Amino acid sequence: MAELALDKPRAPRRPAARRSNFELYSWLFMRLSGMALVVLVLGHLFIMNILDGGVHRINWGFVAGRWASPFWQFWDLSMLWLAQLHGGNGLRTVIDDYARKDSTRFWLKMLLYVSMVLILALGTFVIFTFDPQMDMRD
Amino acid sequence: MSTSTTSDKPTSVWGSHESQPPVPDGAVSVTVKLLRFNPEVDSEPHWQSFEVPALPTDRVLNLLHYVKWYLDGTLTFRRSCAHGICGSDAMQINGINRLACKVLIKDLLAKKGKPTTITLAPIKGLPVNKDLLVDMEPFFEAFRAVKPYLITYGNEPTRERIQSAADRERFDDTTKCILCACCTSSCPVYWNDGSYFGPAAIVNAHRFIFDSRDEGAEERLDILNDAEGVWRCRTTFNCTDACPRGIEVTKAIQEVKRALLFKRV
Ligand code: SF4
Ligand code: SF4
Ligand code: FES
Repeated sequence: MAELALDKPRAPRRPAARRSNFELYSWLFMRLSGMALVVLVLGHLFIMNILDGGVHRINWGFVAGRWASPFWQFWDLSMLWLAQLHGGNGLRTVIDDYARKDSTRFWLKMLLYVSMVLILALGTFVIFTFDPQMDMRD
Repeated sequence: MSTSTTSDKPTSVWGSHESQPPVPDGAVSVTVKLLRFNPEVDSEPHWQSFEVPALPTDRVLNLLHYVKWYLDGTLTFRRSCAHGICGSDAMQINGINRLACKVLIKDLLAKKGKPTTITLAPIKGLPVNKDLLVDMEPFFEAFRAVKPYLITYGNEPTRERIQSAADRERFDDTTKCILCACCTSSCPVYWNDGSYFGPAAIVNAHRFIFDSRDEGAEERLDILNDAEGVWRCRTTFNCTDACPRGIEVTKAIQEVKRALLFKRV
């Protein structure tokens, strides 16, 4: 029988229970990080785009000045990590929902996880090793 | 959607057939557009339309009976009680999951006497056996997986298991389920993910988890805590909209989530 749009065969057998709280914690994380991100991102947008002069005053010196303070370093770091994990976890569920084959699902998730690790590592690296003196050179 | 070339034309019935019953006073002609599929001949489902006389007080099920009894006996659908109790005749009526025996024609008639077309298709996400008849086994498999029966340990009481009115109230809403699958087959997560339990199974787990006489809450919560359990739910409320029994399905799911979160029933 040809495969129909309406009769995607359901999984015949239920996979054995994993007995882990992972889905519970990731669900909880989405709620908590979401709430934190509302404050962090809106605050970020407000400072960057609206407060005295908005985007026009942003230059090397401005960024250097901000990251000289541990407070803003922490702000940007939490924004980076929370947004990355929040978005990554969201995409994980989207892949779970829409990938039809197990192999597609596996490779899409690998791609997702690798890009998440790269972005997190690069971002964290920049925040911690940013050298404000670099602009003196040219 | 694909359309078959010959059968898409409405089959006119007005006075054309002797075995048809007389058209009652006040009847209007409506076009019933059915998604048909016969696994023995068709490779794909196709739409077929019938002209059927209907009273505004008729139900969609009456239209199906008319087609089956007087126009095309090969039409296949499930129904039993015809009164919204057995949960047999869930289908997509104008794209919305409903019981054919509970939807009145007057609520589907086009405004100002314009011609009315009513589309009927099988519920989504379950394999179609024929026409409107779907294989319910995956649905019942998920239902059985949540252990929808009383679990107790220790000695049986000599008489009945007593419960206060307030304790009974706790799960009253979810006792109303008739296992029609309107909710589960309206759930976008269920359409896409083969092994999500689906709202109906969670509703029926809820019915026992929050029953003070039952002692299996922990087992069931464990099952629903898994990757394919309640955390897959996106709170889109499709299921609550679809339920013909008016059960607050999404709320029940949220209560199970809360029980898991705070380890308290
Ligand atoms: S609320 Fe949850 S269970 Fe109900 S239809 Fe939406 S995702 Fe499915
Ligand atoms: S919860 Fe409602 S829609 Fe779902 S199976 Fe039960 S009666 Fe049908
Ligand atoms: S026929 Fe029993 S619910 Fe509709």
